[in-house]
Amino acid sequence: MAETAAKLPEIRFGRRPESYVHWKLEFQGDVARLRMAVQEDRGLNPDTVLKLNSYDLGVDLELADAVQRIRFEHPEVRCLVVTSVTPRIFCAGANIPMLASSGHAFKVNFCKFTNETRLYLEDLSAASGVRTLCAVNGTASGGGYELALACDWIMLPEDGNTAVSFPEVPLLGVLPGTGGLTRLVDKRKVRRDLADVFSSLAEGVKGRRAVEWRLVDEVVPSSQFQAAVERRARILADESAQATPLRAAPGVPLPDLACERDDARDDGGATTFRWAHVTMKVLRGERRAEIEVRAPESVPSSLDEIRAQAAGWWALRCFRELDEALLQLRFNFLDVGLVLVRTKGEAAQVIATDELLQEHAGDWFVGEVRHQIRRVLKRLDVTARSLFAVIEPGSCFAGTLFELVLASDRTYMLDHPDEANHVQLSEMNGGAYPMANGLSRLDTHFLGEPEKAREALSVNEPVDAATAMKMGLVTFAPDDIDWEDELRLAVEERSSLSPDALTGMEANLRFAGPETMETKIFGRLSAWQNWIFQRPNAVGERGALTSYGKPQRPEFDWRRT
Amino acid sequence: MSVADLSGRIPNNVNLKDDKRLLRALESWQPKYIDWWMEMGPDGFQADQIYLRTAISVDRDGWAQFGHVKMPEYRWGIFLADREDGRKIPCGDHYGKDAWQDVPGEHRNALRRMIVTQGDTEPASVEQQRRLGQTAPSLYDLRNLFQVNVEEGRHLWAMVYLLHSYFGRDGREEAEDLLVRRSGNADKPRILTTFNDPCEDWLSFFMFTTFTDRDGKFQLHALAESGFDPLSRTCRFMLTEESHHMFVGETGIQRVVKRCAEVMNKVGPEPDRVRAEGAIDLPTIQKYLNMWYTSSLDLFGGEKSSNAASYFAEGLKGRFMESKYDDHVCVDGHYDMTVVQDDRLVQEQIPLRIAMNEILRDGYVSDCENTVERWNKVLEREGREERLYLPNRRFNRRVGEYANIRFDPQGNLISEHEWTSKRDQWLPTTADFAYVKSLMHPVVEPGKIASWIAPPQKGINNQPFEFEYVRK
Ligand SMILES: [Fe+2]
Ligand SMILES: [Fe+2]
Repeated sequence: MAETAAKLPEIRFGRRPESYVHWKLEFQGDVARLRMAVQEDRGLNPDTVLKLNSYDLGVDLELADAVQRIRFEHPEVRCLVVTSVTPRIFCAGANIPMLASSGHAFKVNFCKFTNETRLYLEDLSAASGVRTLCAVNGTASGGGYELALACDWIMLPEDGNTAVSFPEVPLLGVLPGTGGLTRLVDKRKVRRDLADVFSSLAEGVKGRRAVEWRLVDEVVPSSQFQAAVERRARILADESAQATPLRAAPGVPLPDLACERDDARDDGGATTFRWAHVTMKVLRGERRAEIEVRAPESVPSSLDEIRAQAAGWWALRCFRELDEALLQLRFNFLDVGLVLVRTKGEAAQVIATDELLQEHAGDWFVGEVRHQIRRVLKRLDVTARSLFAVIEPGSCFAGTLFELVLASDRTYMLDHPDEANHVQLSEMNGGAYPMANGLSRLDTHFLGEPEKAREALSVNEPVDAATAMKMGLVTFAPDDIDWEDELRLAVEERSSLSPDALTGMEANLRFAGPETMETKIFGRLSAWQNWIFQRPNAVGERGALTSYGKPQRPEFDWRRT
Repeated sequence: MSVADLSGRIPNNVNLKDDKRLLRALESWQPKYIDWWMEMGPDGFQADQIYLRTAISVDRDGWAQFGHVKMPEYRWGIFLADREDGRKIPCGDHYGKDAWQDVPGEHRNALRRMIVTQGDTEPASVEQQRRLGQTAPSLYDLRNLFQVNVEEGRHLWAMVYLLHSYFGRDGREEAEDLLVRRSGNADKPRILTTFNDPCEDWLSFFMFTTFTDRDGKFQLHALAESGFDPLSRTCRFMLTEESHHMFVGETGIQRVVKRCAEVMNKVGPEPDRVRAEGAIDLPTIQKYLNMWYTSSLDLFGGEKSSNAASYFAEGLKGRFMESKYDDHVCVDGHYDMTVVQDDRLVQEQIPLRIAMNEILRDGYVSDCENTVERWNKVLEREGREERLYLPNRRFNRRVGEYANIRFDPQGNLISEHEWTSKRDQWLPTTADFAYVKSLMHPVVEPGKIASWIAPPQKGINNQPFEFEYVRK
């Protein structure tokens, strides 16, 4: 089957509330309301009809944008109410015909993005103190209920009809793969036997039983539902105000990211994206991308200056740009398997920025910027491409940018006899940007040698290649004679290996250490879902997903694996 | 032939006395049912003696025993059509295999859903009609209303029997919930929208029993073709009662039309003059027809339906008179459907199974056409030129392909503007409802009848029209 991304016009990522197609975002004092109103005929693929508030990537991009706007542009918000405008229908989950007609790679990337968005919604509450309330004002099935599960508090009208459900297993032969199964037992702590019953019951569970089974927090008679939602939103907003009194207006508007794009014909099919601080060159013929992140040229001297620079502040802008680069890669360049990550500029400027990030962590805006960097780094962690950090003279892998080294699968550092080439750690490497496993990248890197992590953090100065090698901070440190060959061979070798095996290998090696709900979602749930998505029992000619909505019944290969 | 047991509290032909578990379940449900009936059944007539028909067995004369009874003492019983030896699954992928005498595990939830949805309509209509007794145009009509009501109650019993016997704890809970939901109550509405619409005057009642009970007929026919044999047998017997409900509706409208025609012959066709004589003018009758017919069309569900396809494929629900078709599997065929695409009507080929709702609706539409034809015969016999018509199935829909798109009664796409300017010519206005309501006064003297309806041609069970069908 053809890859959806190839059939579709290229996917663009920037969204603005004024031009949302599928959501209505409204603000009233300290409560924001995000109401789903999916326009059936305005899916990314003009052939898909987004019935019953079902979503495609376009719907989810707006959702992700809305969450982001609330963080930065509306610090006055203390409670977000997620609901729908469609009577009796909350959300039917991911659009099935869209999934059924998409290629595997697109499907996996789509699910990964929606997973990230649900985690961002949880992060909005955990990190920014904006409590989230899902007013499930109609049928919530599959991804619809999974969206609710990502909120702090779930309310359901009690009208004898409205139910939450996971019809994936009984109807579609796949899984509720957007965190649903994990959140049932890990987050909401639904008993596993009841979760088993719930997840195989297409019509779902409603009313009192939904509360008894811990599937929702509250059921309310329909006629009192709206009023009860308002009351609950008030309670949550007040709770939030007591817990996190720091976020306060004015907000920081997030302008579109200007990007120069260049599709050179004579450069082996290279496409170059040039943002202010990030450049990504995609060498399509070589299935390789090169990302360059540049240090700031100047650094604000005070909090006031940071606030004056607002979204133009390097720390925010650079990572917003990196975020968009990653999405470009994931959705528009499916066959790029290797990413070389480089940096350029004054390491001292990065370290100076880190000091600001550290010193003003109590300021809500600086705090949000730190959270933003953390999320983008996590997005890098779960990007299924091989990442090699390439450290050359003139680079600035320092502090926050050293996280790029730690996030990479391998690092190559040029040990040059004449030219200075350094890396440097800062306090920000000590836990400001935890990974999905809850540990810092440095601690994960040195899982078996915690003393080395401490040692690395204690060195408050630039470290050359030989020392970095000795400290275990980099993988290889070839000298200038070997450098080009070593790098070329590494790139060629990596590019020749099975992309599936590499995806699996990297995903397993990147997340050493403890399990969290997040690692389970990306590591276990997604892996199973992606496996099922490939199996004939789902997507074969008579598979359940293929057969859905068609006259034929599915036929299964009954052998358990 | 099954033996009817009339000695116990619950008359039945399912050998209830030997099934202690089921008997216990039904006996514990019964008082709750009576509570529901007292609260939501016909308002103000529970102590009266009504000349009712009671089913006591399924053979020809057994289900038509007449006598005066108080409604709360009506013997609601459980009767299934006799079991056919060697009955096979009539359609779908299991076509030709032995019909199921028990619920197959894989279809348990779908069957329960179907039975609950059907079962929910039965008490719903009783609730919708509960105040109509206070404005009945004659004792004859009053009795017919109550006959319909008690039989809807029995239909509820029939569905509850299936839930109790075959669906375990879930089934018992669903049976309780059937008594908890209330028509038109936002907090616990009945499942289908039409069954939450108010039915507050007798013109609506006759339209409802004509069009909405006729949907019931088609749904019961489709369920009578179920591979789950107990459901099939239950529905086959319910159909015998359903035809009386449609008779009440169809002859009711016939008599309204007759009265209207007589008045038009006297004073001319102008609605105001017809109304001045205390009759209902033909345009108002047409508007009521338009409203109830289109609302009933919605009950068949979406034109394209993967649920309908899987019900058929799994042999849970067949077509109207399935045996009259040649192909009972329907994997390959297509159905030509008119759909809206880019603001135009175009034909689209739909896989047959996906179109099962529409195929059932086709039968319903032509059945309704015959009914309207018979009403027009009345106009013809009275020497009138005017005719009633059935609007196009796309008109005024709230469910399916045509929902929320504007069509005129001929089925042409029209603009929102045109809809707004003509709506009042096509559907009842507040003033129309008010006029019809103004006619609704009770007539309780035997042999007398209200001004807006002609008397029936004959009474019930060969009794005269003057018979005292309802006694204090
Ligand atoms: Fe009925
Ligand atoms: Fe009926």
